[in-house]
Amino acid sequence: MPVISPKEVQSDYDVVIVGSGAGGGQMAYTLTMNGAKVLVMEAGRIFDPARETAMMNTPDMAPLRAMPTPDKQYGFYDSSVDSGWEIPGEPYTNASKEDKRQFFWWRQRMLGGRTNHWGRVSLRNGPYDFETKSRQGIGFDWPISYQDLHPYYDKVEMLVGIFGSNEGIENVPHSSPGVLLPPPKMRAGELLTKKYAKTLGIDVVPVHRAILTKKQDAEGLPAKLHPGNAKAQKILAENMRSRAKCFFATDCHRGCSIGAAYDSATVHLRPALNTGNLDILPNAMVREVTVNKEGKANGISYIDKVDRADHHVSGKVIVLAASSQESVRILLNSKSSLFPDGLANSSGKVGKYITDSVSSSFSAQIPALENLPPHNEDGTVGQQAYVPWWLSKEHTAGRLDFSGGYKFIVGSGRRMPKMSSVRGFDRLGGREGTGFGSELKEDARRFYGSTVGFGAQGAMAANDDCFSELDPEVKDKWGIPVLRFHWKWSDDELKQIAHQQESMASILEAMGGRFGRQPETKNPLKVIKEGGKIIHEVGGAIMGKDPNNSVTDQWCRTWDVPNLVIADGAPFPNTSDKNPTLTIMALAWRAADHVLDELKKGNV
Amino acid sequence: MKDFDETPRIERRVAMEWIISAAASVPFLGEAAVETKSEGAAPVSGSGYGPDPDMVKAYKPGDLWPLTFSAAQRELVIVLCDIIIPADEQSPSASSQGVHDFVDEWISSPYSAQTSDRNLILKGLTWLEEESVRRGSVNFVSLGTEVQSQIAKELSLKPREFPGNFFLKMRDLVAGGYYTTPVGMRDLGYRGNTPMLEWNGPPREVLDILGLEPE
Repeated sequence: MPVISPKEVQSDYDVVIVGSGAGGGQMAYTLTMNGAKVLVMEAGRIFDPARETAMMNTPDMAPLRAMPTPDKQYGFYDSSVDSGWEIPGEPYTNASKEDKRQFFWWRQRMLGGRTNHWGRVSLRNGPYDFETKSRQGIGFDWPISYQDLHPYYDKVEMLVGIFGSNEGIENVPHSSPGVLLPPPKMRAGELLTKKYAKTLGIDVVPVHRAILTKKQDAEGLPAKLHPGNAKAQKILAENMRSRAKCFFATDCHRGCSIGAAYDSATVHLRPALNTGNLDILPNAMVREVTVNKEGKANGISYIDKVDRADHHVSGKVIVLAASSQESVRILLNSKSSLFPDGLANSSGKVGKYITDSVSSSFSAQIPALENLPPHNEDGTVGQQAYVPWWLSKEHTAGRLDFSGGYKFIVGSGRRMPKMSSVRGFDRLGGREGTGFGSELKEDARRFYGSTVGFGAQGAMAANDDCFSELDPEVKDKWGIPVLRFHWKWSDDELKQIAHQQESMASILEAMGGRFGRQPETKNPLKVIKEGGKIIHEVGGAIMGKDPNNSVTDQWCRTWDVPNLVIADGAPFPNTSDKNPTLTIMALAWRAADHVLDELKKGNV
Repeated sequence: MKDFDETPRIERRVAMEWIISAAASVPFLGEAAVETKSEGAAPVSGSGYGPDPDMVKAYKPGDLWPLTFSAAQRELVIVLCDIIIPADEQSPSASSQGVHDFVDEWISSPYSAQTSDRNLILKGLTWLEEESVRRGSVNFVSLGTEVQSQIAKELSLKPREFPGNFFLKMRDLVAGGYYTTPVGMRDLGYRGNTPMLEWNGPPREVLDILGLEPE
């Protein structure tokens, strides 16, 4: 079974999955490895990271020095095709005209979805992150606890390959022994940050990322992941052997042709295809989930982007893993006489409670890092060190005036230069006006790589102001109604931003940093990243214990339609200070196990 | 699916506005300046590379959309490149790395983000030629290096207003263009983009300078 066209679609799939990213990929992997017949539908084209990614190209080999354009919105070499904030013919709308109430929606229309465009930061939610309502009085509790997900986090980490360390920090869970790969050594700027942060009682530790810093244990791990399943073990072992370890060059955002960095196509879909149980249908733009007379989901109607005609595919179980808001859109567009307000929406909660990382950044130039002897600081290119939330005790004691914790990632190093790399050197060099000639060359050598910057990302509790719905008028070029977003940052989030700004600046100040601006504590709205901009949006089909105020149960199965599962970020009741992707995969694996049980029992 | 209808339309409109305002505000035109001005008046004619380009292929300026500079403008920008990034004992000049052709590619871009840069650069080149005529030369290239540097110095001191903002933009493009070539990256001290078996952290020498212990 391979990549197929609508003509080759089978009639007897156990499970039809919409979306091929982290959630859809994990679902397809777990289901096919255990014998289920699966179709994965992808709105974009097939993309092969092994052949299509420009790993070693320098900016001068690309048009406009690889700077972003409307065609390639994160730059020419970003591993995103047919993707972006704006996609021609596929709009979305915002209810408000106000600047700071806009929501930005990144769509990744290609095999592997957003896992192609990803920093690979892979952090587990901690125990407190499942108890937001109980601990902070706002938002929701999850219907599951950390202990329910712990074994799945371990499994996903072993499968995907995550580097990192266990540091004994409150609400930052440990992986089981032998699960994590060794973290890369820190760069000079990261070590310097660590030294000075320590004087303020703040710990800088290795971040966790989905990159192989050593070869995976192809002899041991497959048996741990698939006990008693010889075929799955063999396929996984082969796949692990085919992945190289990181060669410590080139940005993971370009994609990884050697398979060292995780993406869904390389790690999930390739072994799933090798089971013979998976078909992949690309260029399939989903219109809606169809239901039978009893109200059970029985298939998907979609438009083939190649022949531009409508088609239908049937399945016993339907999984939406199209990215949280695309799944919401499909649910709301799946209207029928049984479900006039959209599918699985008897609670009226589909589209409600979108959350995103609460984020701001701050950076400074560090004189101590000037004029260092040139040396290679690529390492695992990108994030290597971070500051996990260090004030859980203060939070518990009620001594902070905002609810969500945050972490921040340390950015430093002598990175591959880009067009903007020499900006600001006139000011740093104390030059009058525009520096040029030998002065400019001296300044560039002196200041290059001497900046340290932090990007903070914090928790957001669900609220009533952030949601999506169908736009009553606008349709995309396929005639499918589009989403309209509502967004409003609350005081709680803005207070968190002020705290972020202050703490990031305090470390940089201790390091002797020169600031381009002061930390923005008075008007945090000025520096908060707009909704959606971090591409961590989750929610819209939240899980819960009560069918009246949630969309899915703890198995990500919709309350109203038991054979319909949501396997992306949509079931998250809130977002924590940890990046969502690892949790999406752990939830998807757990949901897939439940689907397999139900298939075995003949319940679906 | 390619859809470039929007971008060029916006650019033509903006370009037309500039042509009208430039024609009204430039009183003395030398011969060379007339030529550059008429070049500047032309809107870009190419289209973008679309949302699904071949990322692996190496591109040169002119591969994807037509370039703009006349022979005279190109020569002028070569001189500017090397005033901004001259050769020294450590590294060669900007023009030796083809940065002038990159500047041309940039200002010829069909994307709207580069439209204002196109207008400013072309307007600035025209101004430079006029200024050279005012200083008794046929054009900038024929001025002695001393006068060329003098003009650059004057422009560098007023980066907020025209024509100083033109010089600032040219500097940003030339410096950005130069330091993104392998030669420029090396000059900055970038030593990465080299596949390695192991990553061992910063060298001892660097840690010593910073007073840090190895991990």
